[in-house]
Amino acid sequence: MSQATTMTTGARPVAPRRTGSLGDALFAGACQAAGAFVLLLLGGIIVELFIGGLPAFRAFGLSFLWSTEWDPVAEVFGAGVSIYGTIVTAVLAIIFAVPLAFGVAFTLTELAPPWLRRPVGTAVELLAAVPSIIYGMWGFFLIAPLMAQYVQPTLIDSLGELPGIGFLFQGPPFGTGILTAALILAIMILPFIAATMRDVFEQVPPVYKESAYGLGCTTWEVMRGVVLPYTRISVAGGVMLGLGRALGETMAVTFVIGNANRITTTLFGPGNTIASVVALEFGESETGSLKLSSLLALGFILFVISFVVLATSRYLLRSRLKG
Amino acid sequence: MSATTQPALTPVKDLKVAARLGRGRKRTDLIIRSLSLAATGIGLVFLASILVTLFVKGFGAMDLAVFTEVTKPPGSEGGLLNAIVGSLIQVALATLIGTPIGMLVGTYLAEYARGSRFGDVVRFVSDILLSAPSILIGLFVYQLLVLPFGGFSGWAGVAALAIIIIPIVVRTTEDMLSLVPNTLREAVIGLGAPKWKMIVLVSWRSAISGIITGVLLGIARIAGETAPLLFTSLGNNAWSTDLSAPMPSLPITIYSYAGSPFQDWIELAWAGALLITLAVLLLNIGARSLLGRGK
Repeated sequence: MSQATTMTTGARPVAPRRTGSLGDALFAGACQAAGAFVLLLLGGIIVELFIGGLPAFRAFGLSFLWSTEWDPVAEVFGAGVSIYGTIVTAVLAIIFAVPLAFGVAFTLTELAPPWLRRPVGTAVELLAAVPSIIYGMWGFFLIAPLMAQYVQPTLIDSLGELPGIGFLFQGPPFGTGILTAALILAIMILPFIAATMRDVFEQVPPVYKESAYGLGCTTWEVMRGVVLPYTRISVAGGVMLGLGRALGETMAVTFVIGNANRITTTLFGPGNTIASVVALEFGESETGSLKLSSLLALGFILFVISFVVLATSRYLLRSRLKG
Repeated sequence: MSATTQPALTPVKDLKVAARLGRGRKRTDLIIRSLSLAATGIGLVFLASILVTLFVKGFGAMDLAVFTEVTKPPGSEGGLLNAIVGSLIQVALATLIGTPIGMLVGTYLAEYARGSRFGDVVRFVSDILLSAPSILIGLFVYQLLVLPFGGFSGWAGVAALAIIIIPIVVRTTEDMLSLVPNTLREAVIGLGAPKWKMIVLVSWRSAISGIITGVLLGIARIAGETAPLLFTSLGNNAWSTDLSAPMPSLPITIYSYAGSPFQDWIELAWAGALLITLAVLLLNIGARSLLGRGK
C-alpha cells in the first residue's frame, strides 16, 4: 500500500499540478460564464421587450406614454391609465405599509421579549412567502366583500363629506378598486420593508443606544433620536425595495382592482395597472398584432420604472450590503 | 450648606415641570409602543386570516378526486391531478436547471470576483433580477422561446421558472460562501490542492446547508408563480406530460378556476390554493429550521 503510494507520487510529480490547473481553468471559466449569462439575461429582457414593443412605439410615438385610449377595435392603444394605476396603487401601498412595517421592526428589535422575536419574525416573513395568487383569491373572496359592506360605506359617510379630500372617498362601494388593490399590495410588501428595517436597526452599535438610555431617554426617544438617524438611508432603501415589489405585482392586483381602463378621481373606482393589463389582455391578442406589441411596450415601460426604483434601492442599501 | 438651600427653592418648581414633562414623554413612548405592537398584531392577523380562509374553504373542497381526477368541464366530478403533476414537472426541471447556474454565479461572486468591477456588475444585475416583476420574465421567455418555436410549451414554462430561481440561489450561495472562514481556504491551498478542489470540497461543503436553504426557498417561490406561466406553458385542461406542448400547472388552474362563474370550479381552486400554500409554507419553515440548525 504505502509503497504504491510513494511510487505513484514519485512517478508523476508534475501531473497533479497540471490536472489541477486545467481543472482550475475549466472551473473558473464555468463560473465566469455563468456570471456573464446573468448579464445576458437582463440584457435579453431589455432588448426583447423593446423589440416586441417597437411597432407600438412607432405607431403611437411618445404620446403612447400618456394617451389614455385603449381601444382594441380601432387599434388605438395608450399606456396612460395603466401607468397612472401602477403608480397610484404602489404609492398608496407604501403609505399603508411603511408605518406598519416600522411598527413590526420596532417590536422585533426593541419591544418583544427575545424568545418571542424569532417566531413572530418568521410569521411576518411567511407573509412574503404566500404566493401572489393566494393573495388575489383571499382579497377577492374575503377582503373585497368586507370593503363593500363595511369599510367603504363608513369611509363614504365620514370622509366623503369633507371638503378638499372628500372626492377621494365617493362613489359606489363595489369592494374592488384602487383602494382595495393598494391595501392587498401593502400587506404583500409589508414583510420586505419590515425585514430590511429590522436588519438595519439591529446593526446600530449598542453603545450608541446605551448612552442614550443612560441619559434617561425612553425607548421611543432612542428610536427617534439614535436608531432612525443612524439608519435612515437604509430605511429609505427598504422602502424603495417595497415600492419596486409593489409596482410589478400581477396576480393579486388583477383579482381586486376592477380592471377598467379609466382614471377615476375616487379611490373606490376601478382601474388597472401595467401588470394587470398585460396579464388580462394577453390571452386575447393575436400574434403579431398591434395590441400584443402594445402589451410588450407596456412591459418595457414597467421594466424601466422597476429598474430605476430597484437600482435606487440597492444604491441606498449599499452600506448595509457591505457591512 | 446654606448656600445650596437657597437655590433649591426653584428646583422644586422645576421638578414639577420636569415631572410633567417626564409624564408627557412617557405617554408618547407608551402610545408609540402600543401602536407598534398593534401593527405587529395586524400583520399576524392578516397571516392568520389568510390561513384560516384557506383551511376552511380548502378542506371543505378537498376530497380524493382532487388527487385522482384530471380537470374536467364544470358539473362533472373533476380533480387537479394533471395540474399537480404539471407543476411538479416544471418546478423540478426549473430547479435542476437553475440551481447549478445559480451556484456557479454565486461561487464566482464569492470566490473569484471579490472586489472586481465585473463581479460588482454581476451582483447588481442578479439583485435586480431577484426583485424584477416576474410577469416581465414571462414576456421575455414568450418573445424568446414561444414566438420563434411556434407555440406555448412546458419547456418555455421551465425556462421562465429557472430564470426566476437563479438569482435566489445566487444570493444565498454568495452569502453562505462569504461566511466560510478564509483560514479554511488557506489551509487547503497550503496543502497544495488546486483552487477548484478547495471550492468544491471545502467551501461548498461547509456552506451546503445554507445553499440548500436557498434552493428550498427558491422552489417555494417558483411553485406559486402564476404570471410568468401565463405566457409560457399557458395551461392545459387535459392530461399532458409532453414538455413541447402547453402544460397544465396548479397556479394557472387556480387562476382560471377562481375567476370562473362555476361553484365546483371555485371550490377546486380553493383546494388547489390550500395545497400550494401548504407546500410553500412547509418548504419555508423547513428551510429556516435547516438553517437554524446549521448555525
